[in-house]
Amino acid sequence: MTHHQYASPAPVGGSLINVATLVCGVLIAVMASILLVRFFFGLGAVTHINDGYSWGMWVVVDVMIGSALACGGFSVALLVYIFNQGQYHPLVRPALLASLFGYTLAGGGIFFDLGRWWNFWHIFWPGYVNVNSVMFEVAASVTAYILVMWIEFSPVFLEKLGMRDAKKKLNKLLFFFIALGVLLPMMHQSSLGTMLVVMGGQVNPLWQTPVVPLIYLLSAIIIGYGVVLFESCVAASSYRRTIEMKLLNPMSKIMLGVLAVYLVVRFGDLVLRGALGEAFKPSFVALSFWVENICFVAPFFLIGNLVARRNPARLFLAGVAIMLGGILLRLNGFLIGFDTGPGWHYFPSFPEVMVTVGMFAIEVFGYIIITRRFPVLPREDVPVAH
Amino acid sequence: MNRMNEIFDLGRDALHGIEQRLGMSRRDYLQFCSTLAVTMGLPKGADAAVANAIETAKRPSVIWLHFQECTGCSESLLRAEHPTLEKLILDVISLDYHETLMAASGHQAEAARKDAMAANKGKYVLVVEGAIPVKDNGIYCKIGGHKATDLVKECAADAAAVIAIGSCASWGGMPSTGPNPTGASSVAEVLGKPVVTIPGCPPNPYNFLATVVHFLTFGKLPDVDKLGRPKFAYSRLIHENCERRAHFDAGRFAMEFGDEGHRKGYCLYKLGCKGPETYANCSTIGFGDAGENNWPVGCGHPCIGCSEKGVGFTKPIHQVAQMLNVTPPLQYARIVEQQGKGASFASAAAIAALAGAAAGAAVMLTRNLGLSHAAEEAERAKAESKSKDPAQV
Amino acid sequence: MDTRRHFLKGVLASGAAITTAAVAPPARARETHNRPADALGLLYDATLCVGCKACLTACKTANGLAPEFSTADHLWDTPLDTSAYTFNLIKMYRNGTMETKDAEVNGYAFMQTSCMHCADPSCVSACPVSAMTKDPGTGIVAYDPDACVGCRYCVVACPFGIPKYQYDSPTGKIGKCELCRHRYKDGHYSACAEVCPTGATLYGKSSDLLAEAKRRIALKPGSLTRYPRGRISAPDQSYEAPVGKYLQHVYGEKEYGGTQVLKLSGVAFDKVGMPNLPPTSSAATSETIQHSLYGGMLMPIAVLGVLGFIARRNVHDEDDSAGNGKEEK
Repeated sequence: MTHHQYASPAPVGGSLINVATLVCGVLIAVMASILLVRFFFGLGAVTHINDGYSWGMWVVVDVMIGSALACGGFSVALLVYIFNQGQYHPLVRPALLASLFGYTLAGGGIFFDLGRWWNFWHIFWPGYVNVNSVMFEVAASVTAYILVMWIEFSPVFLEKLGMRDAKKKLNKLLFFFIALGVLLPMMHQSSLGTMLVVMGGQVNPLWQTPVVPLIYLLSAIIIGYGVVLFESCVAASSYRRTIEMKLLNPMSKIMLGVLAVYLVVRFGDLVLRGALGEAFKPSFVALSFWVENICFVAPFFLIGNLVARRNPARLFLAGVAIMLGGILLRLNGFLIGFDTGPGWHYFPSFPEVMVTVGMFAIEVFGYIIITRRFPVLPREDVPVAH
Repeated sequence: MNRMNEIFDLGRDALHGIEQRLGMSRRDYLQFCSTLAVTMGLPKGADAAVANAIETAKRPSVIWLHFQECTGCSESLLRAEHPTLEKLILDVISLDYHETLMAASGHQAEAARKDAMAANKGKYVLVVEGAIPVKDNGIYCKIGGHKATDLVKECAADAAAVIAIGSCASWGGMPSTGPNPTGASSVAEVLGKPVVTIPGCPPNPYNFLATVVHFLTFGKLPDVDKLGRPKFAYSRLIHENCERRAHFDAGRFAMEFGDEGHRKGYCLYKLGCKGPETYANCSTIGFGDAGENNWPVGCGHPCIGCSEKGVGFTKPIHQVAQMLNVTPPLQYARIVEQQGKGASFASAAAIAALAGAAAGAAVMLTRNLGLSHAAEEAERAKAESKSKDPAQV
Repeated sequence: MDTRRHFLKGVLASGAAITTAAVAPPARARETHNRPADALGLLYDATLCVGCKACLTACKTANGLAPEFSTADHLWDTPLDTSAYTFNLIKMYRNGTMETKDAEVNGYAFMQTSCMHCADPSCVSACPVSAMTKDPGTGIVAYDPDACVGCRYCVVACPFGIPKYQYDSPTGKIGKCELCRHRYKDGHYSACAEVCPTGATLYGKSSDLLAEAKRRIALKPGSLTRYPRGRISAPDQSYEAPVGKYLQHVYGEKEYGGTQVLKLSGVAFDKVGMPNLPPTSSAATSETIQHSLYGGMLMPIAVLGVLGFIARRNVHDEDDSAGNGKEEK
């Protein structure tokens, strides 16, 4: 088989008003009112962030973890367009949509946390920019990637609007944006890890290492696949569609391969640096380290063989495990394993939590609306040749 | 209450006696007793005991010796105002020997001393003013042909109490400033035993008066520290009660005499004030009897630590003092302070609820997926077995 | 067959790109910076400090900072830590009976905390918009609120926890000591050093202060020496006093490449809140990684070229196949 046949994408259809969208709507309204207070009275009025833990839930969860969970588009694009595994093409649009939303929200969510947000354009302006700063590179790369993804996703809108010619012209240049769409996440997902380096000894040795960019890059790719597993199962279940098992099964095998490389790098680095001893200290930090790595190892037990990979329940759980591992890797590095000195405490406040919840509600809300109204998911009523 | 009645009864009987004896009104007299009691930090009601003690008929004998001194301590006592000193020393105590104040001189004076000592053997109070030179066998101070060292030992032998008044008698004072050519020493060093000391150059007269009256009232001397100084006057640093302390704490210092800070009354620490290492009560009750704010610092000159051995007449006046007894308040920032807000009930509950809901949904989805997978597998097994069974074709 | 060939080509090509990129630039290690020759700074001598906090008051007055209350009665400015409204603070070390000054056991000691004006500041490296800058001449680390975006990377990057943010304001900015550079034009210098009665905080050129610090730790404890006050050069406000018991270590001489605020203490530095830091700064490590990966944008462009090449071929293939038999309905 030289050419792959797959069903073209189509809107799922159905009503936009249901329990899910209503709940999301309420959560979003709550978030909006909290943000109003934040912008009028300052960060201290709604959050518990302080000078010992200046980066709290909003930065670490909404921005960093949110963007990591949005790596589905990157991982699938890598597979489809670089390693030429065209059979995964149906996964591209949904993954891309999730990525688009995740990154746009993460990028927008930054504004909630920036203390002097009206100066945000400085981060792109030559007169202000500090090219040595890791954060500059992350910001520039993420912004560029968001633009690239909107461009990559525009065929969906062009299709819906029936603008065939424009779509054709865009398709000619698409390869360049796709290439950018693979390069840019490699740059910023790894640099999100490099952001830890300047914090020096404040970050626990279990997460502070010169190879942190590689660790974050590999984990981002793996999380991408994990998110695809997760979302495919959830979307299929919610929309009462069949799961693309023929795609997810082999894709998860590839995920295991990259996961193996990741674990070798991760533990190899810990052993070479002599930092593994930290993991055996009786502390909450050490416990969190083990939970994180159990999550990363679990997929081998869940979907290690072919028979297991045929079971969508196991695929789903493996996806969840990977997502949890990836979340914990970042949470541990930036928050749980971060210690600026004794005496400082931080736990997110209730309004802080509700804003984060609101962010994810926007993502779910948007995902539902777009998949129901725009051609993203593969058409279900057409028999697919394979 | 009883005490008060006794005094009033006594008063009614001896009313004219006290007034006549001391030449002061009853009100003034009781005020004086109250002042002394307060100076000594005695509890409420003690002023009555003081009054009673003074009204007792017999006046105790006091022998006052002068050695290497400037007579400033006596002069300071002369400036006492309530009551005036002559009323006190003539009517409350019997000052039987005082080279400056007594009319007699020469052999007459010495004879008076010996008589008083013999008549009041074991009951008189010995007060020494001035340091005692011990170098070269003590020849550098002689009175009536007798060496100071011999005199002090002779007079102290039968005394009920020995009080060293002034820095010179207390620890050597100004005459002992390096290189101390005469070997000027304190009373305690010469006698070889601790005595009550009232250091100062000169000390506030009420420190001395209160000590004597305490002895009269209670039959014993007030509590003293390990240097023999009454604790009621010498247990605090000047720095602890200084009226310019707020300037010190706020960092407002005079840098030169006459500069803006000096004229505004700022702290004199940078000019060498020894308040932080000098124990005395000058900052509390003022100097002499002119009231508060009348002491060197109040007049704009740094404290020279005149009452403190090792500080006064030893350290240069403008050398920066060492801070003793730093006791910061409880709220002084520690190296580690607990900061930041921990989990609130609402946020912990919200996160727990979210985690619970997510876990629940995941479990349900897993179960459903598993069930539908099992159903599919069963279907497929059925279909396969059907297709294999030729009978079904 | 074709698919497998394409797949292998893709793997080989990207592998090649990554290998070349990995091998080429690692030689660009970024060395830890040193203090500039004319660097200005402070010398804090804990054995001279009497905890009077005149420096705290002077700093607040010089910078127009509001008081901070930590007691029930809001009468006295009693900050418990530096903050965006408290640039300088004296903290007290307490142990056991607290009898002896500068003794680690059963003693008490004071330690000042304020911006160290590092030779290779983490905050300057971290700030994406150059709001934190290090003056090349005086070495003072300055903050520009007009450039700042409030991301607080400087807050999490600083090993001393110095830059602090105004969380209670919707237009909050960072606050930290800037060595009173705004007072130089009036002939003043750091307010804390100007007011310190014992010369515990001393201002001057870092090179002079380092020499003075080394002179002090070499002296015999108990012997008399002259201690300057205010500014180390002139005017002379020095006084004679006995030498205290110093630890044989000038903190800030080499930590993270050196700092312009040096400290002397009788109690171990980690017990008085000064962290143990290696001589290589974390800014150097972070920038080495960034320069190696992105120096001159060589590697990203190379990788982009390879990716573009592959993607172009793969996208074309799909367009062709898509054109063939896809549209079924």
